[in-house]
Amino acid sequence: MSNKVIHAIYNDDDVLMDAVKQTRAAHHHIEEIYTPFPVHGLDKAMGLAPTRLAICAFIYGLVGLSIYTALMNYIMIQDWPQDIGGKPSFNYIDNMPAFVPIMFEGTVFFAAHLMVITFYMRSKLWPFKQAENPDVRTTDDHFLMEVGIHGNEEELVSFFTNTGAVEVKVVDKH
Amino acid sequence: MYTFSSKLKTFSFALMILGVIGIGVGFWQAPKTIEDVEKILADSHHGHEVAHAEKSSHNLEAHAVDNPVVAEVVVDSAKAIATDSVAHQTLDSTVVAAAPVADTHDNHKKETVAHEANHDKEHAEHVLHQLQNKPWAALYVACLFFMLISVGVLAFYAIQYAAQAGWSPILFRVMEGISSYLLPGSIIFFILLIAAGMHWNHNHLFLWMDPEVVNPASVKFDELIFHKKGWLNVFRFLGTAAIILVVWNFVRFKFRQNSIAQDSASDIAPYKKNFKLAAFFLVFFIVSESIMSWDWIMSVDPHWYSTLFGWYVFSSFFVSGITVIAIITLYLKGKGYLEHVNTSHIHDLAKFMFGLSIFWTYLWFSQFMLIWYSDIPEEVTYFVTRIEHYKLPFFGMVALNFIFPLLILINTDFKRLTWIVVMAGAVILFGHYVDFFNMIMPATVGDQWFIGIPEIGSVLFFLGLFIFVVFTALTKAPIEPKGNPFIEESKHFHY
Repeated sequence: MSNKVIHAIYNDDDVLMDAVKQTRAAHHHIEEIYTPFPVHGLDKAMGLAPTRLAICAFIYGLVGLSIYTALMNYIMIQDWPQDIGGKPSFNYIDNMPAFVPIMFEGTVFFAAHLMVITFYMRSKLWPFKQAENPDVRTTDDHFLMEVGIHGNEEELVSFFTNTGAVEVKVVDKH
Repeated sequence: MYTFSSKLKTFSFALMILGVIGIGVGFWQAPKTIEDVEKILADSHHGHEVAHAEKSSHNLEAHAVDNPVVAEVVVDSAKAIATDSVAHQTLDSTVVAAAPVADTHDNHKKETVAHEANHDKEHAEHVLHQLQNKPWAALYVACLFFMLISVGVLAFYAIQYAAQAGWSPILFRVMEGISSYLLPGSIIFFILLIAAGMHWNHNHLFLWMDPEVVNPASVKFDELIFHKKGWLNVFRFLGTAAIILVVWNFVRFKFRQNSIAQDSASDIAPYKKNFKLAAFFLVFFIVSESIMSWDWIMSVDPHWYSTLFGWYVFSSFFVSGITVIAIITLYLKGKGYLEHVNTSHIHDLAKFMFGLSIFWTYLWFSQFMLIWYSDIPEEVTYFVTRIEHYKLPFFGMVALNFIFPLLILINTDFKRLTWIVVMAGAVILFGHYVDFFNMIMPATVGDQWFIGIPEIGSVLFFLGLFIFVVFTALTKAPIEPKGNPFIEESKHFHY
């Protein structure tokens, strides 16, 4: 089944924002938008759901805190409670101030690294990944909106030409 | 223009009247003579005796089981008690004999048997001083706390000017209103410092102010304080306090004057003056803040010192000041006076509350952990007395000032909700009052502390005065400043 999409190319982010609003108002489904830099407010204009990465990071931080607490408790208190310089290794609370720097760093380490890895996995980024760039100019100074064609092709092309696009192409998407 | 609602005005007067009654009751209840204290001690001693007997028999049982861990714990706590009683001795200017003053420890029963005949009398005198200090210390903590809130707001205001912040100019009048409390607050505070220097009505908040302590011929002579008398003397103390308070008040006066002048100015000359003043003030502030924390807070424990103390005190009142800005902004917004303040402004203030709460915890923990880790007796007594006698306030404030804001204010959506910010703000303010309580009380009233009528009365009085002064100042100028070069950006601030 041939799946045709429209590539509407803009050269200004303000024009792009207006075009996104018009497209949404006309109920055309935006497949994807390619921009050379983050455009403030674009996600809201597109109606994208907010990210949940921060929630992941919070949970990863709790995981890190638990792991490092358990680690210090096992090593320093349970397994071999030596007297090292008179520090009280009778139970975890007694000696806790000495473990806080490790607990803190462990929390930050887990929150940061696992969140970054989650980001790579969710956005499908890895070394040697094939770049998915529909037009090389979108990494430099052009903005590209990709909209699926359902219905009248000419009507859609003229719609996007009217939104201020410098170029409107109809492309076959494998 | 803001009009002071008559309900709020009545409320503030009610708080002040209740507060004055509470303060008066505190002074009236304080014992006048040693005989009063001996009676109080005799009344409470019986109960103590029974509890201690039970406790020591329990310890004996534990020994009999011959559990090495328990035995070690006992030895360890005995060590702590030993250092503690040294602390008591050095703090207690009345001790002549070397008998330990420890009174609430496991080995109490054994000690009472071996008591010297004059020990009870010394103990009573020690407790008398603590109980006579109680109403003074309650007044001092509340007065210092509310005054420093206005200082914290003034520092925040200066930072906003110096950093040319684009989001905050819409809140400048609120900050000016809160910092207006500085003048009456610092006058009352200076009177309290004089009261301490002149020992009015048995005021012994500052041990080193007793001339006998630095007199080599006296039985109260304290060599450690004697060597510090170049800094710790009443003349220098009051002189420095006067200079610091006068400069702070003068800067606040000029800030306000220029800010009002900017409303009707044709250029931004007043704004530029404030910008330069802010730069000067921040330099002066950080030096004077350090000195003020040594003088007004650290010197109640004249045998103890800590290098990051000034920063620690700063973080405590700075976060309280920002919290008060947030609460008063939300109150005024709720009454419909700040139409250009949106949830993004509140969000920014809540982020400051969140970040600075963690900054406070960082300093609190750094100070505590370094001293705990090295365990040098002359330093660690500070925390030993607090953990022994102030366990709940000392660790409770960490929950109030760190764990609660950490869990509540970490959420972006929560930082925009009025009720969340007000609730978190109330907890933070209470927590930092407890922080100041923990800094002053252990050295002045020791284990005789209690949050009772004198403490609550003092807080109510200064709270009432604070509300009255701040909201009166808010009526004196338009609630939204004009002419500031960043005001348009601030009105449209969106995060």
